[in-house]
Amino acid sequence: MTVSGDAGGAPARASFWNDPRVRAAVFQILVLGGIILFGVYIVNNTLVNMESRGISSGFDFMTRTAGFDIGMTLIGYDEASSYGRAFVVSLLNTLLVSAIGIAFATLLGFLIGIARLSSNWLISKLAEVYIEIIRNIPLLLQIFFWYFAVLRVLPSPRRSFELADAFFLNLRGLFVPRPVFEAGFAAIPIGFLVGLVAVALVARWARRRREATGEQFPTVYVSIGILAGLPLLAGAATGFPLSWDYPVLKGFNFQGGMTLIPELVALVIALSVYTASFIAEVVRSGIQAVSRGQTEAAHSLGLRPGPALRLVIVPQALRVIIPPLTNQYLNLTKNSSLAAAIAYPDLVLVFAGTALMQTGQAVEIIAITMAVYLTISLSISAAMNLYNRKMALVER
Amino acid sequence: MHYKTVFAAAALAVGLALPASSGTMDDVKAKGHVQCGVSQGLPGFSNPDQSGNWTGIDVDVCRAVAAAVFGDANMVKYTPLSAKERFTALQSGEIDMLSRNTTWTLVRDTALGLDFAGVNFYDGQGFMVRKDKGVKSASELDGASVCVNIGTTTELNMADFFRANGMKYEPVVFEKSDEVVAAYDAGRCDVYTTDRSGLAAQRVKLKDPGAHMVLPETISKEPLGPVVRHGDNQWGDIVRWSLIAMIEAEEMGVTSGNVDDMRKMATNPATKRLLGMEGDMGKNLGLSTDWSYNIIKQVGNYGEVYERHVGPDTPIGLARGPNALWTNGGLMYPMPVR
Repeated sequence: MTVSGDAGGAPARASFWNDPRVRAAVFQILVLGGIILFGVYIVNNTLVNMESRGISSGFDFMTRTAGFDIGMTLIGYDEASSYGRAFVVSLLNTLLVSAIGIAFATLLGFLIGIARLSSNWLISKLAEVYIEIIRNIPLLLQIFFWYFAVLRVLPSPRRSFELADAFFLNLRGLFVPRPVFEAGFAAIPIGFLVGLVAVALVARWARRRREATGEQFPTVYVSIGILAGLPLLAGAATGFPLSWDYPVLKGFNFQGGMTLIPELVALVIALSVYTASFIAEVVRSGIQAVSRGQTEAAHSLGLRPGPALRLVIVPQALRVIIPPLTNQYLNLTKNSSLAAAIAYPDLVLVFAGTALMQTGQAVEIIAITMAVYLTISLSISAAMNLYNRKMALVER
Repeated sequence: MHYKTVFAAAALAVGLALPASSGTMDDVKAKGHVQCGVSQGLPGFSNPDQSGNWTGIDVDVCRAVAAAVFGDANMVKYTPLSAKERFTALQSGEIDMLSRNTTWTLVRDTALGLDFAGVNFYDGQGFMVRKDKGVKSASELDGASVCVNIGTTTELNMADFFRANGMKYEPVVFEKSDEVVAAYDAGRCDVYTTDRSGLAAQRVKLKDPGAHMVLPETISKEPLGPVVRHGDNQWGDIVRWSLIAMIEAEEMGVTSGNVDDMRKMATNPATKRLLGMEGDMGKNLGLSTDWSYNIIKQVGNYGEVYERHVGPDTPIGLARGPNALWTNGGLMYPMPVR
């Protein structure tokens, strides 16, 4: 083939093998094929080797009787339950500690992040010291600190700190009365749900009125009133059908009531204190990313500092804050697996620990555990992305 | 060289995915030492002494194997493992043998792809409590918090015991045995449970050992012994017969002190076979003829090992009990070396 010299004709096509697009496709297919082959080889080899060494495989064990007990269960579980049930119990424990940790870390992180920007020298320095110390100490050490150094000095059950013969704090945890719901109690949560709907309606009405007339309506106070008032009214009408099961010291431990085990407390404190220091920096950078001119413009329009922050600064800052905040939530959830170090019965300790040891099916159990953490992380990520899309700058 | 390091790292990462090597004996000879999995510190069984050398009756099983294979009991390297890590370390080939107070059970012998090479200590599970709790029997433990080590038969026996007796309890499960002891010592639990030998050994680590007592009940059988990978029968034989040789030596009255004299003067055919002067026991195992001589000379017979590490004159202070020779009413019964 000869290449013609005239510029007017169509650009000459390179030969098939010299076409960059063809080459790119070929190399991508080769690499992908290599990776797939490697994966198939690894999986196949693992199966063959497990077979030849007589290591059992498969997922039948999930329905077998587990035979061990778990220290903290949110749903019914005993020694006769299956490994599958133990898996769910430990998964719920992981989700519980992550959810509480995320809530506390967010609260504390926002407080400290805002304190860091305070014009008060002492407050801003204290926040800075907190951030610099906490985020530079490894999390595992902090967990050990709270569990072994702080909570271990609590007294024994017989010498518990007590409040009103109903709340007891000792080395075994915090014992609080457990509510016992009696017939007719449903009226109270129903009242709360009705309150939620009412609040949504009020908020919508208030926004429409503001957009139409510019008049402000104290939505927050009215909402609190509705949310607290309706359940109270419902309770008063039904005569509060609720009694309490108090913890009582019997034998070795307190029986009855609800128990907050020290492992959970130590883990929640450590995770939220640690993650809060990162969230504080995220919040600080987010607020600082909104240019000073925005504040000045808001003030010059006559907005007071409160509404200026709420209506102008925060919505813009949130756009910067949310993506790195998502990362911190993911980190906290994954870090919750350090629970195994202090005997909190989470997924890693119970399922990838005891269950793995008793069945010996390491490959299956570790695969399930990894899949679970992946799913949790992707779910948090998806939820935060949804929120981010809602908060993102809408171009008009 | 660099290529090899990368390969070793990859091998560790994929573990089971690599081709199975059945010739542990060849591997051991090639690298020049026995890689032995031991506990992270259980006095009397496997524990580093003041100068950092591992000692204990479990350690002496590893040393006996090294003496049989290399003629030198010191050619062992130790890998301290938690109860949770031990089986995967053996399955993946990270260690050659596991000698870590491990109970012989059906599931471990079959579903985990392991083989038990014998029993070097007969044990049973017990409970330790503070004396001031006023508990006299395990049947009074209803509602107690119990500290226990993860991944052990102990964890299951405890669940069985409390379930069978209709009692409630709160398990507090730690990964390292030191953490279990520390939590019990701090009062997080009312009860510490593990094998009775373990209770005796860990007791010396408590702040005030005298303030604690072991309850009379033994709630399980715990035959502890060395473990090898399933399917490598030659290596399994070497470990099994190294242990048997130590017990047989005690029965024959051969000690590390008199083994040289015995070698010159022994007339009993069984003793002669044990010491490699008759028959070709070493050859059948793929070892030298003086394999058992080396074990006895350098490590000692089972009785010596027992007295040295856990016997009444040690801080552990355990009487022979079921671990006495069968001729003395115990369970230690060596298979005939012939």
